[in-house]
Parts: sequence; structure tokens; C-alpha cells
Amino acid sequence: MENLRARLQKIPPLWWQAGLLVLAVLLPLPLNDYYRAVLWRTGIYAILGLSLNIIVGYAGLFQLGHAAFYALGAYTSALLNLHFHIPLVLTWPISILVAAFFGYLISRPILHLRGDYLCIVTIAFGEVVRLALVNNIFGITGGANGLSGIDQTVLFGLTLRTPLHHYYLVLFFLVLTLFAVRRLENSRLGRAWMYVREDETAAEAMGVDTTWAKLLAFVLGSGWAGLAGALYVARIPVVSPDLARFIESVVMFCIVVLGGTGSIPGVFVGTLGMITLPEIFRFLKTWRDAWMGVAMVAMMIARPEGLWPSRRIRMEIREKE
Amino acid sequence: MQQLLQQLINGITIGSFYALVALGYTMVYGVLKLINFAHGDLFMWGAYIGLTGLSALVALMSRGGPILILPVSIIVIVTIALVGVLIERVAYRPLRSAGRLAPVISALGAAFILESLARNIYGASWKTYPTGLVPAGRVALVGGVRISMMQVLVLVVSFLLMALLYLFVYRTRIGTAMRAVSLDHEVSRLMGIDVDGIIATVFLIGPGLGGLAGMIVALYYGSFDFTLGWIFGLKAFISAILGGIGNIPGAMLGGMILGIIETLGAGYVSPQWKDVIAYAILILILIFRPTGLLGERVAEKL
Repeated sequence: MENLRARLQKIPPLWWQAGLLVLAVLLPLPLNDYYRAVLWRTGIYAILGLSLNIIVGYAGLFQLGHAAFYALGAYTSALLNLHFHIPLVLTWPISILVAAFFGYLISRPILHLRGDYLCIVTIAFGEVVRLALVNNIFGITGGANGLSGIDQTVLFGLTLRTPLHHYYLVLFFLVLTLFAVRRLENSRLGRAWMYVREDETAAEAMGVDTTWAKLLAFVLGSGWAGLAGALYVARIPVVSPDLARFIESVVMFCIVVLGGTGSIPGVFVGTLGMITLPEIFRFLKTWRDAWMGVAMVAMMIARPEGLWPSRRIRMEIREKE
Repeated sequence: MQQLLQQLINGITIGSFYALVALGYTMVYGVLKLINFAHGDLFMWGAYIGLTGLSALVALMSRGGPILILPVSIIVIVTIALVGVLIERVAYRPLRSAGRLAPVISALGAAFILESLARNIYGASWKTYPTGLVPAGRVALVGGVRISMMQVLVLVVSFLLMALLYLFVYRTRIGTAMRAVSLDHEVSRLMGIDVDGIIATVFLIGPGLGGLAGMIVALYYGSFDFTLGWIFGLKAFISAILGGIGNIPGAMLGGMILGIIETLGAGYVSPQWKDVIAYAILILILIFRPTGLLGERVAEKL
């Protein structure tokens, strides 16, 4: 076992990455449309998880209202398409900007709040967004039924119709996200985030601009969730306030923590556990949530640091014992 | 003026529900620094067990009347308190030294289990409580304000419970130990306090109160479904934060304020936007008083 492990570790990381990418490209081909759609959903939530991981995992800020930014991105894309007939592809950058702008707006005045107080404000903000959408704010969001009749996505003259097309679209953005968050993790900013997470006072004493670091985590994470929302609209031509439900935020939060806070492979493990497996276990029907709950409790007791933690966090938790 | 007073009374009634549930959040937070997400669902289970108990008793005695509420209340309190202790033992105790995030996920898992069980056992449809348990009359107060018998019952019970809890926490030895544990586990242990025992006591009292509140809320509104836990849980949690989490009088004050704001918002602005108004005020209060209204400003570290 040790021998095998040592030999596996000798393989250059680039080979691993290329191998996984080939696998991700080939994986949907033998599957039927239902499972291709499940993979698409997995991809969307992996992007959401990676974006939330910037806020919760790297900067250590409790964000339990992430679904609001997902919904904001989706509604931005849908509204621009419905009212101004802008092709969906061109709405994506605007979705990112709108979600990032709201991320700035909400986080700027509350960054000085500590842990759980920050958490409750993000919950409250998420609920405000959902209720504003339900109450048909400015008469444009279509109330509880949401908006429908959004165009199909046309990419370079190719209309994306099948789940397979959309899977590849999401895969493209997922790879892009992965590339970006890996670069961020090892950047000056990434180290500043982790410093803030571990010890804010010490970080400040060492000259890290903590407010700026936290603000950037919020803005980047929220903006990227907006992109996930726009990608959702690219396949599902109907948006509703359900996108911003509290339970959605909870699922995203669990994705980040279950796999291991601040760990990129952890986000994939979390997405598998919270999204893909429940989708496959649909036959359990109403008992599914109960089993998911049992799994969550059992998992945390067995491995409080997450299933695939980053090395730093594992050392921290195991050290205390 | 008369309308304002009437709204205030309604607000205080709803506020006392929030306060009763918020007490459970705030006590658990005090001793464990954990947001007990399962608390809202324990509250909802109080409503369901109350439903089963009251329906059975009404059928058995073939008559209604307020006297039937008392034995059922005791059953509800005992059952929910035991479930609360069980959850602490199974889902939270093994995670004491595991950082801040793991217990939160465990709590959310426990909440999923409780909610799913309720939906599978009682079904997803709306449930109605038996009628005729509380006399329907209204009492006229000064200035033409009227208060229903149900409101009188709710207010008397919740204020009595809050007063008792206050005396318990601030005047008894166990209460003192509880406050010591919420300051520092290690030092409390050195002073001879059974920390695990105190935490178990908190998980008896908090969920017990929450379960009873669930029954009272269901009695007050007459009908409910399994989403009751999320809705009231979130509002109650907000009340606890509003007053300063970990602070027991703060939870009571926060609940009252939230209830009043919500009722006034529904009455004078728009019922659709009442929740938005409540959340907006929460955000504003936290921006200007980051540790809630009665929360103490603690130096994080030196």
C-alpha cells in the first residue's frame, strides 16, 4: 500500500489533471440524458461550491446566503434576455458583475461583524432577496412564478439543445474556475485570506489589509456564483425565487464543509455527497433527507476535518486532540 | 391610537413565541458557541406531539376545555427535552474539539433528520388542532382595545416561563454554574462544575421550552405544517442575535422587538413586506451594534 502510494505520488501532477479532464469529457458519453443532466447539475454546484469556498474556506467568513447571488445572476441573465433581447452568452459577464456588485454592497458595511453575527446577516440578506423576488419587486421579477420564455443559448452559431452540450459548457467553466481558484490559493491574496482565517489580529499586525482581503473574498465569490446562475438559465429557460431558498444556501455551505473547508478536491467530494448521490438515490423519495441527515452527522463525527481536507486544516483539528 | 395599541398587543403575542424559541438558541449558544440548527425542528415536533396528545385526549374525554392542555404540555416538554439531550449526546458531544464548522454541519444534519421524520410520519399536509380547547371570548381593555382569551393564555404562560427561567439562571446554583460554563469550560471544570452535566441540563431546558412553544404556537394559529420549524426557527434565531446571542434577557427583548416590528410592518406598511422589514432592521441594528442590543463587547484576544 505504502509502496503504491509512493509510486503514485511520483507521477507529475500535470498527468493527473490531464487524466481527470479526459475522464470528465468521456464520462457522459455512455450515459443516458437523465444522468447527463445529473452531471450538469453536479458541475453547476461544483462551481458554486468553489466560489463559496473562497469566502468560507479561504477567508473563513460564515456565508449562509450564497444562493441569493446564484439567483441574482440567474435573474440578471433572464431579465436582460427577456426585455432587451440580448443573447444569453453576452449576459454572462453582466450577471457576474451584478452579483459581484451586490456582494460588495452587502458585505461592505458588515465586514467588521464576527463569526455568527456575520452568518445571520448573510441569512437575512438571502431571505430579503428571495422575498423581494417573490413580491415582484419593481414589477419585473414575475412574483412567485418567476420568469419564463427565455431564449435558447447560441454559442458561435451553435444552438445548445441537449444536456450533453450544456454539460460541456459547464465543464468548460468548471475547468476555468479550477484554474482560477488554484492560482488564487497560491497567490499573495490567497495567503492573506488564510492568514485572516487563522488569526485576524495577527494578520493585521503583519500588515495585511484585512478589510480589503475579506471584501475581495466576498466580491469574487459572489460574482462567480452569479456566473453559475447564468449557466443555470442557459439550460433551464425558467427562473423562480426558489433558486434563492435558504435550503439552497445550506446545501452549498455543506458542500464546502463536508468535503473539507478550503480544499479544492473537498468541494468535489462535497458536491458528490450533497448533489450527485441524492439525485441517484431518488427512489428513497421522502426518506432521502433523513438519510442525508444521518450521513451528515455520521460523517462529521468520523471525520470532523472533512472527507478530503486541505493539509493545513487537518493538522489544525488533529493537533487539538 | 386604538389600532396602534391593538397591533402592539398582537406584536407582543407573536414576540413572546419568538422569545420562547430564542431562549433555546441563546442558551445552547452560551454553553457550546454552536448555532443549534435542530432547535427549530424540535419546536415543530412540539407542535406535532401536542397535536397527537390533544386529539387523543379530546377523543378520550369526548369534550374540550383548557384543562386538557396541561397534561399534554407536560408530555410535550418531557419528550422534546429528552430528544434534545439525545441529539446533544449523539451529534454534538463528539465534536466539542472539532472547530466551529463541523458541529454546524452536524446540527444541520440533525435538522434534516427531524424534518424528514415529521414529514414521513405525519404527512406533508396542513394539520389542524382540535377546537374548543380555549374559550373564544374577547376581553375589552382600556381604550377599546380587545384581547382574546387565547392571547391572555399565551402571554400569561410565556411571561411566567420567562420569569422562572430568569430566576433559575440568575438565582440558583445550577444557573450560576451554567453562566460559568458559558464563560470558560476549562476553568469551570477546575472549579468543580460538572460541565457535561450542565450542557445536558441546557439541552433539557432549551428544547423543553421550545417544544412547549411549538404546541402553543400551533394552538394559537390552529393549523400548521412541517415547514413551521424553519420559519419560526429562523425568526427566533434572529431574535436571539438581535438581543445579543448568549444573553438570556437579550433573547426575550429581541423576540419582543422582532414581533412588534413585524406586526407594525404588516399593519402599517404591507403584509407582504413584513419579513423584509424585519430582516432589514436586523441588518441595520447589527451594523451599528455588532454584538446585538444587550450583547457584551468582549475583547477577542490579546
